[in-house]
Amino acid sequence: METYYNPEDLKKFGQIGEFQKELADKFFSYYGSVFAEGALTAREKSLIALAVAHTVQCPYCIDAYTTDTLEKGCSEAEMMEAVHVAAAIRGGSSLVHSVQMMNKAKEISM
Amino acid sequence: MKSLKASGHPLANSAVQLQSLQSEVADTLQLPSFHQKLAGAGLFPLQPLEPAVFQVNVGKMCNQVCKHCHVDAGPDRQEIMTRETMQQCLDALARTTIPTVDLTGGAPEMNPDFRWFVAEIRKLGRKVMVRCNLTIIVANPKYQDLPEFFREHQVEVVSSLPFYNADKTDRQRGKGVFDSSIRAMRMLNAVGYGQPDSGLLLNLVYNPNGAFLPGSQESLKRQFKRALLDEFGIVFNDLYAITNIPISRYLDYLISSGNYNNYMEKLVNSFNPAAAAGVMCRNTLSISWDGFIYDCDFNQMLDLKVASPVQHVRDFDERALNQRSVVVNQHCYGCTAGAGSSCGGTTA
Ligand code: SF4
Ligand code: SF4
Repeated sequence: METYYNPEDLKKFGQIGEFQKELADKFFSYYGSVFAEGALTAREKSLIALAVAHTVQCPYCIDAYTTDTLEKGCSEAEMMEAVHVAAAIRGGSSLVHSVQMMNKAKEISM
Repeated sequence: MKSLKASGHPLANSAVQLQSLQSEVADTLQLPSFHQKLAGAGLFPLQPLEPAVFQVNVGKMCNQVCKHCHVDAGPDRQEIMTRETMQQCLDALARTTIPTVDLTGGAPEMNPDFRWFVAEIRKLGRKVMVRCNLTIIVANPKYQDLPEFFREHQVEVVSSLPFYNADKTDRQRGKGVFDSSIRAMRMLNAVGYGQPDSGLLLNLVYNPNGAFLPGSQESLKRQFKRALLDEFGIVFNDLYAITNIPISRYLDYLISSGNYNNYMEKLVNSFNPAAAAGVMCRNTLSISWDGFIYDCDFNQMLDLKVASPVQHVRDFDERALNQRSVVVNQHCYGCTAGAGSSCGGTTA
C-alpha cells in the first residue's frame, strides 16, 4: 500500500543536502550540537525529543527517538511519562484557552 | 524455555547460522561483507597482538535460559570441560605469561571442577575473572559460599545485568532473575565486592534487551550506579556496555521478531574503523569445553576454529598461534558497530 509516510525515508534524512547542501549542513551541525551532552544530559534531551515528537506527531521522530531513548537506557515507564507530559501540555494548552472563551462568553452574555 | 539444541531448532547448527548471516548481509541487503569493510579500513587480514586474556569456556550448562544467549546455554546442555582438559589449559598457561584467565560458560560455577581450576590458575599467579550470572549464587545452597570463595581467590566477578529494573531484566533473562540478582549482589557486597578500596572487583555487563545498540557506556554506568544504590543499596565498580552479536538465540530472536534486516543494516552502517582496530579477538585466545582454540567466544559458538596448525590446547604453542590471522565473518559487525563491543565493553 502506498502511503505518504514510508519508514525507509527516515534513513534518507541525511540526503536532504542533495537539494541545498549548505543549509542542510548547517542544520545537521546545529542538530548535533543541540543533542550533545550539555547542561542537560543527552539522555534527558532524548526524552524531551520523544515527547516533542508526539506533540508534532512526526512518525519518523517517534520511531527514531523510541530507539534512541531505549539505547540511552530509558525505561518504558520513563518514555511513557514523557509522552504524558506532552499530552498534558497539549491538553492543558487547549483548556487554558477556555478562559478566553469564558471571558468572551461572559462579555457578550447578560 | 529450552535451548535451541534441545528444541531441535535449525539455528542450533552453526553452519545454518553462518549461511543465514551471509545471505542476509550480502544477498538481501546488498551490504559489503565484513572482509571488505575490514580491508577498507586497512585491517584485513586481522592480525593478533600479544595475548593478554586466556578465556576458557568450561561448559554450556547454565541455570538460566536467556533470550539473547550466544552460547545457547541452559540446564539441558551437558557439554562440560573435564579436569583433564582443564589440566591441559593449565599446562598451556604455564608456558606463557598471559596475565588474565577469563572463565565463562554457561554458568562456569556449575562445572564440578570449577573451584579446583580457579585455585590452580591462582597458583600459577594469574588473575582470574569469572563471568558469573549472579543468580547461580542463590540457585542452590551449595553455591551460596561462592562470594566467599571468590574473595579468597581474589577473583574478579563480571556479571550480566541487562537493566536496573525487574521488568526489563526478567523479559531478557527469565522470571525472577532480577530479584535473585539483587540478592546475589548484596551477598557479594557483604564480603567486600564493589566496595571502594577493597580491591574486590564487581563489574556489571549491560547489553540491550532488544534489537538496538547500547548507548554511551559512561551514561549507562551513571544510571545503573544511581538506581542500584538508591533503590537497593548496591555498589559495583564498572559497567561494560556490550552489543548483542547476531548469532544463536539472539539471531533466533531477531529473525522471529522481524528485526533481523534492520538490525544487520544498523550494525553494518555503524561500522567504526577505530572499534575494529580494538576488537577483543586481537589479544584473546578462547578455549572451548572440549579444548579447541578459537579467536573468541563467538567464533567458538560458530565452530570457527583458529586459522593455525595448532588448534587444540594440548598442542598449545603461543608463537605459532601468534602467526595466525583472526577468522572473521559477518557476525563480527557486532563488535565493530559504533563505539565497538568486547567482553570489556566499548572499544573506541
Ligand atoms: S546468557 Fe549467560 S546466564 Fe544467560 S543462558 Fe547464556 S550463559 Fe546462561
Ligand atoms: S566476533 Fe570474535 S572474531 Fe569477530 S570481531 Fe568480534 S571478537 Fe573478533
